[in-house]
Amino acid sequence: MKSRRLTIPYIIWMLVFTMIPIVMIGVTAFTDKKGNFTFEPFEKAFVYSNVFVKSLIIALISTAICLVLAYPLAYLLTKMRKSSQRTVVMLLMIPMWMNFLLRIYAWMILLQRNGPLDTALSLLGIHGTYIGNTAAVIVGMVYEYLPFMVLPVYTVMSKIDPGLIEAAQDLGAGNASVFGKVILPLSIPGIISGVTMVFVPSASTFLVSQYLGGTDDIMIGDVIDKIFWTDENTGAAISLVMMVFIFVFLVIMNLFGDEEAIA
Amino acid sequence: MKQPEKKTVVSLRDIFVRFDGEVILNHISLDIKEKEFVTILGPSGCGKTTTLRIIGGFVSPENGDVIFDGKCINELPPNKRNVNTVFQKYSLFPHLNVFDNVAFGLKLKKLPKDEIKKKVTKMLATVDLKGYEKRPVSKLSGGQQQRVAIARALVCDPEIILLDEPLGALDLKLRKSMQLELKEIQRQTEKTFIYVTHDQEEALTMSDRVVVMNNGSIEQIGTPEDIYNEPVNAFVADFIGEANILNGTMIDDCRIRILGKELECVDKGFGKNTQVDVVIRPEDIEITTPERGQLTGVVESTVFKGVHYEMSIMCGKCEILVHSTESAAIGSTVGMRVIPFNIQIMNKLLPFYDNVIETTVTYSNEAENSFAFELEDETVTVPGRCYPEGTKLKITLPPDALSLAGDGVGDLKDVYIESVVYKGEHNEIILESDERKWLMLSDTDEQVATYVPLSFDFGKASFETLDAGEV
Repeated sequence: MKSRRLTIPYIIWMLVFTMIPIVMIGVTAFTDKKGNFTFEPFEKAFVYSNVFVKSLIIALISTAICLVLAYPLAYLLTKMRKSSQRTVVMLLMIPMWMNFLLRIYAWMILLQRNGPLDTALSLLGIHGTYIGNTAAVIVGMVYEYLPFMVLPVYTVMSKIDPGLIEAAQDLGAGNASVFGKVILPLSIPGIISGVTMVFVPSASTFLVSQYLGGTDDIMIGDVIDKIFWTDENTGAAISLVMMVFIFVFLVIMNLFGDEEAIA
Repeated sequence: MKQPEKKTVVSLRDIFVRFDGEVILNHISLDIKEKEFVTILGPSGCGKTTTLRIIGGFVSPENGDVIFDGKCINELPPNKRNVNTVFQKYSLFPHLNVFDNVAFGLKLKKLPKDEIKKKVTKMLATVDLKGYEKRPVSKLSGGQQQRVAIARALVCDPEIILLDEPLGALDLKLRKSMQLELKEIQRQTEKTFIYVTHDQEEALTMSDRVVVMNNGSIEQIGTPEDIYNEPVNAFVADFIGEANILNGTMIDDCRIRILGKELECVDKGFGKNTQVDVVIRPEDIEITTPERGQLTGVVESTVFKGVHYEMSIMCGKCEILVHSTESAAIGSTVGMRVIPFNIQIMNKLLPFYDNVIETTVTYSNEAENSFAFELEDETVTVPGRCYPEGTKLKITLPPDALSLAGDGVGDLKDVYIESVVYKGEHNEIILESDERKWLMLSDTDEQVATYVPLSFDFGKASFETLDAGEV
């Protein structure tokens, strides 16, 4: 009985900060400025469908790049000595202690015309523009979210019983088979939580595209950021559609995970 | 009828293994024959699992060779060896079901699907798991997981199966039935089984041959009967079954003195007046009237054990354990008889009794009446005595002058407990420091294969100055 009483503050918290806001967003999305029921905000939101698609594509690409970069790193990490593992994880975390905006500014400086990258490549005779395009946005996002991919994958991988790897070797598995038949399938839960932790925030991120992207690299987060102050109904509708997309994505991810666990 | 000599499948030659400077296997050699059930038996930390891992290919020796079918396979990785292991924690793949776990090795061999299915089904029937194919391994009981692990190793049809304490996690009843089942599987499949355990009863029940290990060395190799009846030393006698191990003096061939009495025995060749260890199994002692007894003692306790009574009889200060179908009243005086054949004589584990240190005084303090010397890179201070610096000294420490430092500091840090043998009155503990061994008497039971600090009571020591030329 006592333990149930202890959960009351949390239940209130979830009511006030989760349930009520969601209901409010839902109500706002289906009403006009005067509070009448309407589908109008969704019609307005539909105008931004290309931004939706682009946001999801950018988020998917960033997530994929994060996974490709993080997975081998996590794998190599588990092979290191315990003390080195801690050091590398620490080094991964340190940039995250710095303010988000500062890190984006740093990338602006790195990528700008006559910035370090431009200067270096010019010396090699390569000239180009490295900022104000989709690639720069993706670079920024990958940089931003890479630790969120590395940590869950590394955590799951480091918990794989070394005895299982020995058992696989004992049964005749070479390095490739040990990886493909034991390490990869057992690290899927880490991949799923890593992908979720990167995809969800990167799909609705803002500012990164404003600072690093070009005029047509505007993302749905930026649209909500702009529109909410003038038309909160449309803003709410866009958020709601985004939530549905993310929900569908999570369901698909989890299905994939379950299948792997059974197969 | 003489059996044809069986061929040797695997031999270890002079294997030496060290982890972090600590010697794990100290030059061991071992031949294992085909179709043999060999058990490597020893206390935890004795190096038995490492021996198995050497054969499996998970540990490479610093020195020595692993010979498999006449070829040296030191460099061969585990996946290329015709050996499969049943691991201590089973190590079943949690993401695969029973069928896929067992089929794992066969799939790697790229066997056709229907052949894999046939072999796995047959193997699951052998280990009594028919119909469990689709179950996830996490839903199985300990005993079932155990059998999946055995099936997974056996189905690959290796020449040798290595089993690392495979029954350790099971309860007693299940363990007993699995022992018989394993032995039966071994007989049916005609494979070589190398089995590691610390359970002496398990070793005696299942094995064709037992290898007793302690502190990185092999103490004895033999059939269960040999090991039980003819232990080579007090460690083996103490480890296998229950035994009375006593200090004795071999007066002459076939004459032994124990507990102040001279008895007849059958062992020869120990020389005259040699200090030896004597083992007498509790069931080999016959209780008689005091007049008829070779030894007499007072019954201290008696416990009914079903088949027999277990009695503790005090012979002076020495406790003797007797298993007898007849009981005797507590406090009564009884006689004990042993036939010569049942008195087993063994060489002492150590060639000395008193611990002798020969050293040179490195520091002398007349004001405090003490001196110090160097021992294995540590300075040992001796109070209550003073010798000038540079004096060559022989210090004799009887075993009761040694103790494990209660304060955790001690004169020598980190001394390894090699063996603890109860001699009826005290435990005789053999310790190993960096450069030598020590004999200590103790009334408490110490944990073998652990590191402890050792301190010396120089009040019980005797000192002798040596001429400069002698050291």
